[in-house]
Amino acid sequence: MTAVTVRNVWKSYGAQNVLERVNLTLPAHSFCAIVGASGCGKTTFLRMLLSQEKPTRGEILIDGAPIAPEPGPDRGVVFQRYSVFPHLTAVENVALALEFRASRLLGKLFGAAKRAALAEARAMLEAVGLAGAGDKYPAELSGGMQQRLAIAQALIRRPRILLLDEPFGALDVGTKAQMHELLLRLWRDSDMTVFMVTHDIQEGFALATRVAVFDKWRIDPQAPDLYGATITYDVPLDRAERQAMRPGPAQEEGAEA
Amino acid sequence: MTRVINRKPGRGNRLVLGLLPFVLLIAAYLAASHVRLAENPNDKLLPSAASLAEAAWRMAATEDGRTGRVLLWQDTGASLRRLGLGLGFATVLGLVFGIGIGLIPYARAGLAPAFAILSMIPPMAILPILFIVFGLEEVSKVVLIVLGVGPFLVRDLAFRVQALPEELIIKAQTLGACTWRIVLRVVLPQVLPRLIAGLRLSLGPAWLFLIAAEAIAATEGLGYRIFLVRRYLAMDIILPYVAWITAVAFVSDLGLRWLTRHAFSWCEEGGGT
Repeated sequence: MTAVTVRNVWKSYGAQNVLERVNLTLPAHSFCAIVGASGCGKTTFLRMLLSQEKPTRGEILIDGAPIAPEPGPDRGVVFQRYSVFPHLTAVENVALALEFRASRLLGKLFGAAKRAALAEARAMLEAVGLAGAGDKYPAELSGGMQQRLAIAQALIRRPRILLLDEPFGALDVGTKAQMHELLLRLWRDSDMTVFMVTHDIQEGFALATRVAVFDKWRIDPQAPDLYGATITYDVPLDRAERQAMRPGPAQEEGAEA
Repeated sequence: MTRVINRKPGRGNRLVLGLLPFVLLIAAYLAASHVRLAENPNDKLLPSAASLAEAAWRMAATEDGRTGRVLLWQDTGASLRRLGLGLGFATVLGLVFGIGIGLIPYARAGLAPAFAILSMIPPMAILPILFIVFGLEEVSKVVLIVLGVGPFLVRDLAFRVQALPEELIIKAQTLGACTWRIVLRVVLPQVLPRLIAGLRLSLGPAWLFLIAAEAIAATEGLGYRIFLVRRYLAMDIILPYVAWITAVAFVSDLGLRWLTRHAFSWCEEGGGT
């Protein structure tokens, strides 16, 4: 159960305000799509959720506690590109997270422990539809398969929050539809909260329980950098309908109240 | 008529064309040598093929009258030991400081300017200092190679580490890696092919520094021998030695290329990252 609260967050680089007065309260097990034009601070917002950047003002709370100051295994991430390690095979890419957890000194497992990690990684690959591709290097996989791999890798340690930065932006329409299906299934089967940055507003409405539209609320022609973007529309979608699609008992029903 | 940029040689033609410069060079040498020897049979400048072979055999297969050792192998062993030690230390230097500077902002702030300036010092200019500080024995020669090649490897690797997509470093952190584990599992494996490529580029300079140091002060070594017999105008020894050095350098380059291709198959398939 992971609720996220963003309270009056600003992000400035010198005199340039990129984001201002961003407020967002998400109940547990939300799927939040962040949409908006290019350069409106969507990715900056995601980077703050990732602790890759710090807010200039304001605070981000996860289940009421301030967000960790560094990226960590509580928040998984999938980027549009460079999400997987090119020097490891698919199954090694996924098992890497397990190796990091179990072997503090070398970050590498051997023998039975290694076999167990690889087996768990293969099961994860199967869940994202990459059962046959475990021994291939990322360069040998298609764009869609690479993103499936990136998702598997991000989910193997069961993060409380999954952050997606235009994950399907480079994929063709058919592959995109398959990826949407996969992502929705993985989200319903877990209790994580998902943030997805996308410039495709249809994609946002198709997937999310909440759509946050980022835009500049005011532009001063003499000082275009003065006013930053903020959430101009915050659209909650019918959650009950989405929950109904979820297999098994809908435990989160009361969470929104 | 096809444009010349669109005409590609076949396999056989490529081989013939590749060998052609060597054949021409050897033919030109033999012709010139023949002309000079016809004029003066004692000419030492362009010895005949037979006397070259005779000298090569003397150096490579018969024991030296004074020391009782086969000189070519003694020289090769001494030179390769210096070269190996020098390149080995330079590699360690490159890995430790290159990854440090490339990955850790504080190390970059403290060390990058120093290495940028260090790599501009002409190594040959400080050879006298090395001889004074480390003596005329092995250490000064090894240090010359380390100083000549090390800063280049450090900067090359540092640039390479910095060029790794930031996404990969962030991703590794979200998978639970600390700095050390990122170095071991993410950065090191990805820059090793670049390290080998850097070493291949460094082979030429490394030989240059080695032979220069040996020429000035040594008692054995390939460079030492060439400069020793120069006094007697012994082209019949110098030319086989130069050919031998070239062959050794070529084979070590080939070996490193083979290593890249077989140890880092992901790199070839992906065409880089």
